[in-house]
Order: sequence, then structure tokens, then C-alpha cells
Amino acid sequence: MSTGGVGPDGAGAGAAGMRAGVGVGVGVDADAVSAGVLSLSYRLNIDGVRRAVADARIEESLLTVLRERLGVTAVKDACEQGRCGSCSVLLDDRLVLACTVLAADAVDARVVTVAGLGAGGPAADIQAAFLEHGAVQCGFCTPGMVVAVTDLLGRRPSADEDEIRDALAGNVCRCTGYGRIIAAVRDVQASRAQAATTTGTVRWANGA
Amino acid sequence: MGERRMTGEAGMTGRIGVTGGCRGVGRSEPRPDGVSKVEGLFSYVGDLSVPGMLHARTLRSPHPRARIRRLDTAAAAALPGVAAVVTAADVPGLATYGLIVSDQPVFAAAETRYAGEPVAAVAAVDAATARRALAAIEVEYEPLPPLVDPERALEPGAELVHPDGNVFRKITLRHGDPAVEGSVVVEDSYVVGMQDQAFLAPEAALVVPAADGGVDLWVATQWLHSDREQIAACLGLPEALVRLELAGIGGAFGGREDVTLQIHGALLALATGSPVRIAYDRVESFLGHPHRHPARMWFRHTATPAGDLVSVQARVVMDGGAYASSSPAVLANAVTHAAGPYRVPHARLDGLVVRTNNPPCGAMRGFGVPQVAFGHEAQMDRLADRLGMDPVALRVRNALVPGDVLPTGQVLGPPLPAREAIEAVAARPLPPRLTDDTPRTARPGGRAAGAPISRIRRGVGYALGYKNLLFSEGMDDSSTARIRLALDDAGQPFATVHSACSEVGQGFVTIAGQIARTELGVERIELLPADTRVGSAGSTSASRQTWMSGGAVRGACVAVVDRLLARVARALGLPAEVVESPRRALVIDEGEIIGAETGTRLALTEALAAGPVEAEYTFHHRRTTALDEHGQGDPHVAFAAAAHRAVVDVDPDLGLVRVVALALAQDCGTVINPLSLRGQVEGGTAQGLGLAVMEELVTVGGVVTNPTLHDYLLPTAADVPALDFVALTYPHPDSPYGAKGVGETPTCTATAAIVAAIRDAVGRDLRRVPVRPVDLVDLADRDDWDDRDEPVDAAPAASADRPDAADRPDVVDRPDVVDRPDVVDRPDVVDRPEVVLREGHR
Repeated sequence: MSTGGVGPDGAGAGAAGMRAGVGVGVGVDADAVSAGVLSLSYRLNIDGVRRAVADARIEESLLTVLRERLGVTAVKDACEQGRCGSCSVLLDDRLVLACTVLAADAVDARVVTVAGLGAGGPAADIQAAFLEHGAVQCGFCTPGMVVAVTDLLGRRPSADEDEIRDALAGNVCRCTGYGRIIAAVRDVQASRAQAATTTGTVRWANGA
Repeated sequence: MGERRMTGEAGMTGRIGVTGGCRGVGRSEPRPDGVSKVEGLFSYVGDLSVPGMLHARTLRSPHPRARIRRLDTAAAAALPGVAAVVTAADVPGLATYGLIVSDQPVFAAAETRYAGEPVAAVAAVDAATARRALAAIEVEYEPLPPLVDPERALEPGAELVHPDGNVFRKITLRHGDPAVEGSVVVEDSYVVGMQDQAFLAPEAALVVPAADGGVDLWVATQWLHSDREQIAACLGLPEALVRLELAGIGGAFGGREDVTLQIHGALLALATGSPVRIAYDRVESFLGHPHRHPARMWFRHTATPAGDLVSVQARVVMDGGAYASSSPAVLANAVTHAAGPYRVPHARLDGLVVRTNNPPCGAMRGFGVPQVAFGHEAQMDRLADRLGMDPVALRVRNALVPGDVLPTGQVLGPPLPAREAIEAVAARPLPPRLTDDTPRTARPGGRAAGAPISRIRRGVGYALGYKNLLFSEGMDDSSTARIRLALDDAGQPFATVHSACSEVGQGFVTIAGQIARTELGVERIELLPADTRVGSAGSTSASRQTWMSGGAVRGACVAVVDRLLARVARALGLPAEVVESPRRALVIDEGEIIGAETGTRLALTEALAAGPVEAEYTFHHRRTTALDEHGQGDPHVAFAAAAHRAVVDVDPDLGLVRVVALALAQDCGTVINPLSLRGQVEGGTAQGLGLAVMEELVTVGGVVTNPTLHDYLLPTAADVPALDFVALTYPHPDSPYGAKGVGETPTCTATAAIVAAIRDAVGRDLRRVPVRPVDLVDLADRDDWDDRDEPVDAAPAASADRPDAADRPDVVDRPDVVDRPDVVDRPDVVDRPEVVLREGHR
């Protein structure tokens, strides 16, 4: 191999330009506007970290900015059509598809990806259950699926199987046939109910 | 390819440290890549990047058939930010590639043969610039009338779609006495639409030009070495200068067996001297890889009045689209499996796979078998109906048993629990009926439809099938693995496993570790990235990697242990014959080498102190033969059987189907990893469900009209019911540990069983899949409905091949309903003695 080190895609990318600050953390590139290309610079709150986005075209989706500009590859890109759920993230605790949200619209919101839900967070037990129950094969749907399950169990901790299947119908998995995913979700519900009985609280309700 | 790391520490492609105790073969070990996958840290091919890389996009023909009159890339190349534009004129080596036949142009040159065929590719500073450059490429097409009907492509005097002709392959199988028929006859035609693999991660590759004039590629492929051979030939480079490493793969299902964007990316990397990431979006993914073959099939089954099959006649016409891909092998599978897993003394099975201006078709899970299984199982149900027999009883009566002769003349070897499979699903409990309390989400159409319970009709259907395992027709698709046993920095033994087997999600990385741990008795196993620095593992297809690459890993481990024990025997001054075959005197167990008779113990760490032990092993399956001119031979290595029972609810007013319950009994051989097995059969079943009721890539005049996930429907969690699964675990004598590949077999039977259940619910013939709402409702003006559909009749045109309907014998002596054999107390897993083949088994 002849080339040097590698790193996350697009980190620090974007040409420097004159930016006139407009509103909260949003800047408009005056040159770009005169050229007919509306370009913005702003900051996004991704998993609790403020990330600067420089000179993004206004039509860029949250998915594009996350993956191509900020290198957040934990959010997957499978269709860019709002049909597969692979890019599911929480936007101010609301489940959204990052491909259908303009990044510039997420400026004042908290964006939470699967990377911000694990490791002691509200999805840690979901992730463990996915592994234990064989809910992961190729794993490409998994980050989005974990976010969707986190949202569902936060809202409806004791959803029955029909409701679980209905709620997860926006997240396509091509490998598993969903059986092990449902088993994992049921197991999480049982464990949480058990823990709630023991401690008198529901630990992760409402994403707490 | 050096120690290059991709996108941060957790995202190393392929380098998967396996940790955990000595649990080994037979246990539900977790995936070694599981933690990084649930945390979103696993790097898929589309996640890879290197600084300064260019972004590449592909220009595709909008016409299914056109002459390229002019192709001018000057304006595109002149755009700021565009680094290179390549076309057919820039291919230095072979102009074409292909898995079996090299007939697919790297880029269309003078003529395009399908809508979506690549014409040029662009590398630019970012994807948006690359897309703008595509729009700036000037192509003047002269559209020509496309040939899209496979029957028309066969007509004498039909225009040739390609200089090689319009027929990829024709098979004429004759077995027994073609004149002999039974007195009970059922005959009909069936159609299978075009299914897409629709793996979730679209195609991508990262290509880096190397200082030695070669290229390094990170690709998502099912077969690294076949990719390398095809890429190198087109680049005009020796294979040694084309190095591939497997990148993270988001599903494959056959759709990554063919080369797609690899050569384009490599051309651009070499042209620019820069790293290039080439990627498809979802629409391009639908256009960019070969699909499952659409098929038109005609079957004529005859039986005795008692229900014994006498003959099966079939004609299968598959549409291979513009280029060969794996069409010749798919057709062989379709024809040789066309009679199903039944004893058929007399068979006339004809198959044709035809070239048209439709999208190319190739490998998809099941590889020609799901199509014919849909046909032969519909026929078995009709035959049962004609005979007044229970459909399960008819299948039980005719199911193959080891020793039976197949239509190819091949004698079926053990084991094949076909009868056991259909009996097992028939014995499973049925789901409860709908009641007024059944939530809307559990009714046909889900929340929005809400049909009254009184209108919903329930049906139950069965299907039995079998599928060949591994490559057929004389192919020696061997797999090589390399094992190195050494001490790590802390002085503890660890093993590295090197195999080029593509992990596509199926779990080879899990079982490779299980096998190594079982054979070596070492806890720490490291899997090296799958790449072309080790010999070929063959393709991750044909349900072959557990058997073939599992066999290679096992064989290499056995060789490592032999070498280590020989070294110990030598060091201990044991006699020469013990050094020759040290396993007689020494065994390796739980990190120790033990003298079998003396009981002397030597720690593995001590034995390895003298240095690491390495071995490479190439696993071959038993030899098979090609088919002769009558379709006779010994073409298949082995088979696996499966049976599904489907229960459906249908809203006949709206034409909506809900699959309520599915039971599967499958012949799995020895189970290496029960959890992985379950995931494979559930996933395979779901893809069969998709073909039954929703998945179809629709073409009009050769143009795909629904290449999006809006319009190509994939089964969701709300569509796929829980699977009631029975594993039939008869060890296969030739495979490592007695295991069989399990991924494809359930896909072959799920479709047929679900459609059988829908037929049972609504009493319609349903001769095509997927079954659409329009197939289930009464449209007053059905004849006027603008049906894009192909004609369903697929009977042979020549009267010599088609018995006159007037000659069709009447059914005589219709027997009373034959009672279904009782199946009592069948356990969920039918256990057979576990094969213990630890020592030196090959």
C-alpha cells in the first residue's frame, strides 16, 4: 500500500468561506448565495457533542451530514428514501429517519445515534439482548433497529408482540426474518419488568 | 496488504478477535463481530475512507437496447473537481467479464443491451460533483426495439441480442421411459416474477492505486478470488498486482457473486493515481446486480390411482437477461430439481435459459430451485386434489429416501429426511382462529384494512423441497485455510485463522472460531482479514461455506496439531513410528499435550516455546460429473430437504394476505451453532415469503419500473410471523462434523407453501408469484385490466412434446382419502447420535 493513514470520512472537510452568522449557530456563505448555491455553516449536537459543520449545502440531509461530513458512520445509509429505517436516530427524543430530515433543521435539537445510547445508556440492555438472541447477522439494520427499539420500549414498555412488530415495521432487516429481533425485545421487556419489580422503578422509560 | 486500518480502531475490517471460553462446535456462540455491530462501530464497505479519496459514480443506459452513436466525455472531464471519466475505450485489458462466461462488457461500447447497463464512470472530489459530471456526459443513443419476451427470443429468425446467441443453455433431461404415464394426470403452467436480493447495504468499494502499478481493493463480494481473476483480466494486470481484502458486507444473498463496480473503481483509481470510493445508491443497486431469474414453467405430472408418481414432464424457460452471469448453472439446478424430492421413475425435463434485453439474472438464495419448487408443489397439491388424497399423505408416499434414483440417474446418498420433514411440520400445532378480539394489526392488511372477521378466510398449505449443496456438475470448488498456532506476547497460546471465505452475515466468522477452538483446544483465536493473500475459499453461495471452508479450517487445524505432536514426540525421543503418526501416543486437550498411555502432561505453552506451528489445508468435496446429453450423470455433491407449512388469512375483498404462521422442518445435518442455524432458517423463510406475496422487480419493455424500496416491497416485522422450527439433525458422512449448509433450503419451500395456503383459503389457481391483490379479487372487467403480465401458458409448442388434451386419460378408481399418517410425540429436534470425528477426520 502506498498511501498514508486513514481516518473518518470528511472530518474537517469543506472549503473555508466568508460566513455571515445568522440565527443560532447558522451561517450563510455569502459567496455561495451569490453563486446560486445556498451554503450553511452550523453546529449540531450529536450524542451530546457539539460538532461544527462548515459550508454544507442547504439541501443536505441529516444523514448526509452525519456520514459524509462528520464521519458518523454508525448511522447507516441503505435507501435515502425513508423506507428502510437504517438511518433511524432520535431527534429531541423523537424517532426520525435521518435521510428525511434536513441537517440544517436539526441545529437546535439533540441528535442521538446508536453510538450515544449504549455503554451504560438506555440501549445497553437492548444491545446485549440482540447479541444473546442472535438478532444480528450482517448487522447493517442493527444500529437503526436498536434506536427504534429504544424508542418503542421508552414509549410502550409493555407492548405486546403485535405492537412490537407493528412498531418495528419501518426498520427493514433482510437477514434475520425478525424472529431473533423479536425474541431480543421480549427478553429486554421481561428483564426490565423484573428489574422494575425489584427496584420499584422502570429504569429506562422515556429514555431517562 | 500491510497493516492498514480503516476508519478508527473498532472498525478494522475483517480483523475480528475471537474471545471466550472453549465452547466450540455445537454451541450457540455469539458472533465475534457482534459487539461492534450492535454499537454501530463495525465498518461496512461504504463506511471506508482514506484522506484525499475521490468519489465515483456510474452512468447507465436508460434504454434496454440502443446503439451508441456518439459518446463525448470532454465536457464532463472539464468540469472543476472532476478527476477522470472512463468508458469502454479506457479498458486496457479484456473488454468483458463474467462469472462463467466472459460476455458482459465492462462498459457498453457500440450497443447497450439492458436498461441500466454501465456506459461510463466518473471520479470527482465529491459525490455531488461526480453526479453533475454524469449529467454532462453526452451520449447519443439510437434506441432499438428491445427483445424482452424469452419465448420470442427463441423463435427461429429472432434477432440476436448478442453475438453469442440468444440461448445461454439448453438442457434436455430424459430418464426412464418417456412414453410411460400414469392414469391420473395434472398439467399446468406457472410463472415466477423477478425477485431481487435487496441486501441492505448498497454496493461500494474502495480502490487504492499502489506504487508497484497494481491496485488494492476493499470490496464487498461473495468470492474474492473470482473477483480478482475478472478484475485483473480487464485491467490487463497480473493477478499478483490486484490485491483484494474483504470489507464489511451488509447482506448478499447471491447479489454479490458477480462483479459490479469493482473494475470501474479500479480503472478510475489507476487513471487518477488517487484512492477512489465508488458506490451505488438504492436505485443503482437494483439496476447494478443480477436478480433471481423469472421463470415460465409447464409441468405434467402423472400418477397411479393409488398415488404413486409415474412420470413428471416439465419445460422451464428462464429469462437470463442480457448477460450470462451464472445462468447456465442456475438452469442446471432448475432442471435437475424440477421433479422435487420425489421418486419419479420416468422424467422428461427440459430447460432453457434465454438471453433477452431484460436485466441480467444470476444467483439468488436457492439458485433456480425456488422457481421449480413453486411449480412442482402446486402440481403435487393438484394431484392430491385429483386423487382425493391428503396433500401431506401424497408427499409422504412419494418422498425420496436414500438409495432412490434421481431423474439425473444419480443415486441419492444418505441422509435425506424428506419424509420426516413433511411429517414433522404436519404434526405441529395450528394457530388459533381469528376472533373479534384479534387486533387489527394481526389481520390481513394490518392496521389500515380492518376487514370484519366474518369476511376473512383462512387457508393451510404445505410444501416439500430439496436443494443441492456445494457446486455441482464436476466443479472442484475447493477451499483453502491457513492456521498458525503460536504464543502471544504474554506467553499464552493463540491461533490465527486465515481464510478468504466471505462473511456476508451468515456467521462463518463464528463457526470458524468454534472449529478452531474445538480442534486446537486453544481459547484465543484471531481471524485474519479475508483477502487474496491466502488461497481461494470459493464462493459464499450454494450453502457451501460451513462444509467447504469449515472443512478447510478443520483440516488445517488437524495438520497443525499433527505437526505440533510430531515435534513433541521427537523432543521426547519417542520412536520414529510415533513421530510419523503421533496421535497414537499423544492427544491435545484443554491447553495440554497428554501422553495417551503414560499420562504425561506437557503444557501447550512449553510445546510452542520452540516456535509457532503453521499449516495450510485445502478441502475438496467428492467428485461429481457433468450432465450428459440426456441430462444424466452424478451432478450434485449432496442435498438438504425441507418442508414448510403455512397458515394464511386472506381478505378476499381487498386481496390482502396475512401469513399467520409458518412451520419449518429442515434437514440440517449436525448443528454447529444452534442460534446461527435459527437465524439462517428464519431469514431464508422470510425471503421465500417475500417472493410469495410481495417482492417483484417489474419490467415494462425491459425497463425496471420499481427500483426503490417504496415500490419494491420487502417483508417487515409485521409481515413475517414467528417460525415454528424443527431441526432434523442427521449427520452427513462426508462433511466436517456431519454439518450441512442451511441458508438456501428454507427459501426453496416457503414460497410454495404460502401460495398453497392462499389457494386453500380462496379456492383460486394462483399460478404466478408473487401473488398480488389483483390475483385475489374479482374484477368485473378483469379481461380489460391492463396486465403487464407475461402470458402464463408455458407449455411446449411442439405437439410431439405435449400430449393432446383429448388423449388425457380420465381419472379412474379414485381412492378414498388416505389418512395422514399419525405423527406422535415428535420432539422439536430429532436427535441422532452425534458424530464425533475429532481425530484426523478428512
